[in-house]
Formats: sequence, structure tokens, C-alpha cells
Amino acid sequence: MDIKQLNNNYPGGINFLLTGVGGQGTILASNVLADLGMALGFDVKKAEIHGMSQRGGNVISYIRWGEHVYSPIITSGEADIILAFEKLEALRSIEQIRPDGMILINDYAIVPVTVSAGLSEYPDNENIQESIEKFTSNAYWVKGQDIAEEIGYPKASNVVLLGALTALLAIGPKDVLRVIATRIPQKYYSYNEKAFDAGYKSMLKKSD
Amino acid sequence: MKRILSGNEAVARGAWEAGCSVASGYPGTPSTEIMETFARYPNAYAEWATNEKVGLDVAIGAAYAGKRAISTMKHVGLNVAADALFYVAMTGVEAGLVIVSADDPSMHSSQNEQDNRQFAKFSRIPCLDPADSQEARDFTIAAFDLSEQFDTPVMLRMTTRICHTSSPVEVTEQQQQIPEKRKYPRNPAKYVMIPANARRRHPVIEERVSELSRFAENFPYNRIEYRSKSLGIITGGVAYQYAREVFPDASILKLGMVYPLPVEMIGTFSGSVDKVIVLEELDPFIEDQVRLIGIELYKPAKPINSDFAHTKSIFPITGELNSAIVRHAAHRAGLINVDIKQEPINLNVSLPARPPTLCPGCPHRSSFYVLSKLKVPVNGDIGCYTLGVAPPLSTIDTCGCMGASIGVAHGAAVAGDQERHVAVIGDSTFFHTGIPALINVAYNRSNVITIIMDNRVTGMTGHQQNPGTGFTLQNQATVELDIEKLVLACGIEKVLTVEAFQVDIIEKTLKQWMKEDGPAVLITREECALLPSARKRYLPLQVTDQCNGCTVCFRIGCPAILKSKELDPKYQRPLAVIDQELCTGCEICAQVCPRDAILFRNQVIALRKSEVG
Repeated sequence: MDIKQLNNNYPGGINFLLTGVGGQGTILASNVLADLGMALGFDVKKAEIHGMSQRGGNVISYIRWGEHVYSPIITSGEADIILAFEKLEALRSIEQIRPDGMILINDYAIVPVTVSAGLSEYPDNENIQESIEKFTSNAYWVKGQDIAEEIGYPKASNVVLLGALTALLAIGPKDVLRVIATRIPQKYYSYNEKAFDAGYKSMLKKSD
Repeated sequence: MKRILSGNEAVARGAWEAGCSVASGYPGTPSTEIMETFARYPNAYAEWATNEKVGLDVAIGAAYAGKRAISTMKHVGLNVAADALFYVAMTGVEAGLVIVSADDPSMHSSQNEQDNRQFAKFSRIPCLDPADSQEARDFTIAAFDLSEQFDTPVMLRMTTRICHTSSPVEVTEQQQQIPEKRKYPRNPAKYVMIPANARRRHPVIEERVSELSRFAENFPYNRIEYRSKSLGIITGGVAYQYAREVFPDASILKLGMVYPLPVEMIGTFSGSVDKVIVLEELDPFIEDQVRLIGIELYKPAKPINSDFAHTKSIFPITGELNSAIVRHAAHRAGLINVDIKQEPINLNVSLPARPPTLCPGCPHRSSFYVLSKLKVPVNGDIGCYTLGVAPPLSTIDTCGCMGASIGVAHGAAVAGDQERHVAVIGDSTFFHTGIPALINVAYNRSNVITIIMDNRVTGMTGHQQNPGTGFTLQNQATVELDIEKLVLACGIEKVLTVEAFQVDIIEKTLKQWMKEDGPAVLITREECALLPSARKRYLPLQVTDQCNGCTVCFRIGCPAILKSKELDPKYQRPLAVIDQELCTGCEICAQVCPRDAILFRNQVIALRKSEVG
């Protein structure tokens, strides 16, 4: 993808919203997307909130690619692409999506303590699916956690989703892997490469 | 060369490039990563100070000694350091001194959203307000130069959004060389602020503000961008980005220095556009100054009946801005026309909240479980353990600022409150400002019980070293402060250190102390469950078929204990199940289970062995 393709397909640039639960690698994934945007020659901004949200709370990060990016924040209805590493958080962020924007959902639940304490109920898959369809027909479910566990590296569901995203965006997988390699310790690279490939291939199959 | 840096990384980079060689600060979101980044540069000394006031004194000391120095803190840290701020504003410095205040509009992780640009004006020092990472780096370098040129400390005012947004930054590989010439100044008229000297200094610093204001007229980071003349926007900091986003055609006066202001430049700009507005986050800081200059700002035709509880003339005074808020406010004020959006889509699903909670395996949990059983009033403090406020533990009754717990509990005690007060405070917070308060309890003989939750690290800000850990910010081995001895030396006679996971000992001790009079201190010691050394000991526990769904284990509020789909046949209550990914094996649940239905670590190990065998 170059700046011309970016401007053609996404006038004004691409706004990514990444959401997950503390510990899921949301920040790593957003670092990769920011680096990737810069490697592709775009102006880039990446915004995230640290602090209390890291402790089992929701973690959100915004990445914007464009010819020139001003605001670091994406507001309601401005997210072109959402990467949700957890189902409930997918639902919580869905109002941010642009009409018929793209959302990738990791088919994985991390039950909040409010549910285990019996104060509320975790919505079921059907409910989540229906609600998301109100906003977009462009939703992709990825068995990110299952795939990561099969590989033997359960932490890599974030990279599985990055692989899936790469397939959907028609970006060169090698470009993305090169960036991933700079962001993780070398000893974990082969796991991440496998996770990335699996995510990439899972989406290729779907679009066939 | 361009690289992607967060605002915080960019400040550290700028400081290093400017030849700054001493940094001292106290961790505080959103400022923490400035020190952590700076500490890794060559030829740089960086330390975690015990609190922000000490940190600023240290940086001042280095700047007096002729070294460029920086002190970093979150906005409320400057309240702690304010005493130091005001004297150094009076004395000035020998080498550049930059004070970084990282403000937190919207209070992502703070108790208030004070606008520290006011502190710059209050103490008569210049304030630079960057709008992205590039400016964070550039302004840091400019701040050191300004500091020396005008013999003044300079405030670099950051906000959460600038601190934690990453964007490309052009850097150089060169570090400015600061001359090694100076002898320590013997200049009491300038550096000894006895009243006679202070009286002579005050007019000097007032004159300095006037000079700075004149300098600001040509300061390269104050600039006018002329586009359409129908609307002119005076702005600074992150608000500049929203101005560009929402008003792409407007002319902009972008202030890099938001105090003191370039009076003539503002007059020229305002005179050359049809209408002029100020766009800034939080306080009407620029707005008030611009009005005082005598500039007439644009007034909406009809008064704004705003959605926002309190507004400045156009934009909200509370909370962080974003382009949607700015667009909405501008629409209300008649500045732009926005299509009213169609009805929002209704989600129709209630979303379970995911509040921050104490982590699985958190060593603070046991004390809070006991306190929730004892139902005593608990005065809390700033740190992870503030999360003891969350249900189902729901134990914290007050929390205001760093170190407040012990003093507030003492206040209730000397006021004769009928209930016995417990103060809870973490190790780093105790070192920060808890110690004077504990001495006060001992000295003035109240019966406050203090729990020092020593998790062997500064936790909430992401694991920083502190005087109790045995290591410095730059990973040098150092003395490990003995909290128990320190407490004894404060004059507290009743002190006990326990392992933090020992629920029964904590309960027994607190119950006993409740019966007795006089102050006491319980130190609960166990390293934070997220430390690498603690992670090595993770061993997920298991629930046996003895569970009958009695719910006691749910009351400890551990994210690793879930209600299973399976019901107890007799009571039809959901049975407990332990998430094997989340559980660390701290055994608090096993200890509180009345039916011994949760296996302890050694039982789990034995069971596994037997399964393998």
C-alpha cells in the first residue's frame, strides 16, 4: 500500500481502533501498526492511555495513517478498522466504527469481575453478532486465541489478528513481519511468525 | 533521522540532546516514561527521588552547580514540589533547569485535572506547551536555552495526550556540550532567600516576565499561519491539532509559549481576521490573558445553552477535548455548520463494566478482605491499593492525594470518631509523604492503625524502583530501606511484619489491636504478582467436588475465580471454578473457603504427581 492507494481507498487516511483487555498485547499490536504506517511512508499518530486501565481493565489505542495526521484521537463514527482482541470489548467499541467499517473480532471472552461477582451478565455470541451487524456488515471473526494455543504460544492472539488484518488490507506480509521482528525479543519470533501466518491464512481462506 | 517517539520519549530525547546530565523525579502517570527513557542515555544521571519536592530540589541543586537538569512529575506532583518551584523562580539558576509538569485532562489516572499552566503564571516562569512529539523534543531543547538566557526555570507543560501519543520525530545524534568551567556559586544575594535578599529579587523576576513577553514576539515557536481571514484561532498545546482538524481553513496563531504571551503578535493577528476565538483545553488560561490585553473575542449571537456543565466562552472547561467536542461546541457557537447526525443506533445490550481491579494474585487482596469483614472505616492512599474501593471488597472510604491516608485517619481519631480508623498506604507512597504523617501519629498519640502494604515496588505506575527495593532507577544496587526499623524509629512501638497472603494472621492481629489502645503499624510484605520473579511462582489452583457454591470465595474479588455453569445439586447455586490462565496460586481463596474445596499449592502439586504416576 502506498499513499496513493491509501488516499483512494481511505480518503483522509485510515483510523484504526485497537481494543482489548490489559495483558492481551493491545499495545504491542498498536506499536506494530504505527511502525508499519511509517515504514509505508505515511504520517502516523498512535495514542493510548496507560495507567489504571492496564490492570485487568479495557485497553484502547488509536492509530491513524494519513498524508498528514492532526488529532491523535478518533471519535465516534470515525474508526475505519477496529481490531478487537476480546468479544465484549468489540461490542463496547462498536459505536466508534464508521458506517460499514471493518471490524476483526477475536472469538475469545475474558469474563470481567463484575460478571463473576454476579453483578452483570456476559452477552452471548448471538447477541454480540446481532449488535455488531447493526453497525457494519463488514465483521470478521477470528479464532485468534484457539490458533495461538494450537501454536503453543497462547499470548500471540494479537499477532494472529495482525496476520488476518494484513490479508484483508492487502499489505505485504513480509513488510509486517519485518516490523514485528523489531518489536519483540528474538527468542519469541518464530512463535509470532507462526501466529501471524496462521492468522493471515485464515483470512485468505475466508475470502476465497 | 526520523523515528516514532511518544511525547515522553521525545522529552527525554530533547533533554539528552540539550546536554542535560541530571534528572530527578517521582513516577506519576502520565509522566513516568520520561525518566525511564532518559535513564538509558549515556552520560546521563537519572534518579527516582522519594517525592517530587525532593526531585525538584535535586534538579535545582544540579542547575546551581552548573549542570543542565530536568525534573519530571505529574500535575499533582507539582503541588508537592510547589515550595521548591517558588524559591527557584526567585533565585534563578546557573545552568538550564526544566520542570516537566504532565497534566491529565479527563483524569485518566488522577484525582483532579488542575491546569498547571496556572503554576507558571503564579510563579512567574515561562511555560512551553507542545502539540506533538516533535515539539516535545524541540521545546525541551528550547526550554534549556530559555532557562539560561533569562536566568529562570522553565516549565514544559505536557498533557496525557501528548505524553502518550507517538508520532515521527526528527532527531540528531549530537549532544550539546555544556562547558565544565563553573565553580559553585558563592552568591548569597541571589541564592539565599532571606527576606532582605528576596525583596530585592522580586522586582527582578517581575521584570524578567516583561522581558520574556517581549522575547515571545519573535520566539520561533509562536507562529501565525494565515489562511482564510474570516476566522482566527489562538491556540496552544494539543488543542492546535483539533483546531486544524475542525477548522482546516481558519487562520491560526499557534502559541508554543503560553506564558508570558506576545502582546503585539496577538494584537496584530486579532486585527487581521474578522473574528477571533481561543481554543484551549481546561482553564481559560490564554483566553483570560487575551481578554486582559483588550482583545475582543467572538461572542456567539445567542448565549450558549451548552451541553457542557461549565464552559469558557465557547469550549468546555472540564475534560479533555477531541475533534468531536470541538466541532460540536463550534456548531453551538455558530462558527460552523455540522449536519445533525441521524439517530444513533441503539445497542440494546447491557455491557458488563470492566473496572480496573486488583490483579489475580495481588498481595493487597488479603488485607482488604479482612478489612471488609471488620467493617472499619479505611482511609486510603494513592496506588494500586486504591482499587480496594471496588466491589466486592468495597473497603476504601477516603482517598485524596499521596500520603493523605495516615493524616486523615489521625484527624478522625483526634476528632473523637467512635470507630477505629485504619490507614492503608503502599511502600513507595509511605516513603513519599507517609513518613511525616506517621511521625505525627506517634508524636500526637492517636490510635490509628496503619497498614503499610509493601509490595516491594512502585506498582501502579508500572514497576519503578524505590528506596525499599535495593536498586536505583539506573539499576545500581543500593541500600534496602528497612520499613519496620523506620516505623520503630518514628516512635511507633507496636509494629508487626507479616507475609501478605496470611489471611488468618492479618485478621487475628487487626482484631487484637482493635481491642487495644494506641497507634500500631502492620506491614504486609509480598512482591507484586506482576514482577518477573513472582511470575515464576505461578501455580494455578483447583476447585474440588467439595464446592457447594457458598460464594465466600467470590467475595475476595479475584478475577481468576469464576462462577461455573454447573449448579450445586442441593442448593442450585453456581459452583466456583478457577481460570487456569489467570490464577497465580496465591491461596487467598483456598484460605477463606469454609469447605476446603480449593486445593492449596502443595495439594495441587501432589495431585498432579499422582495423576502422572
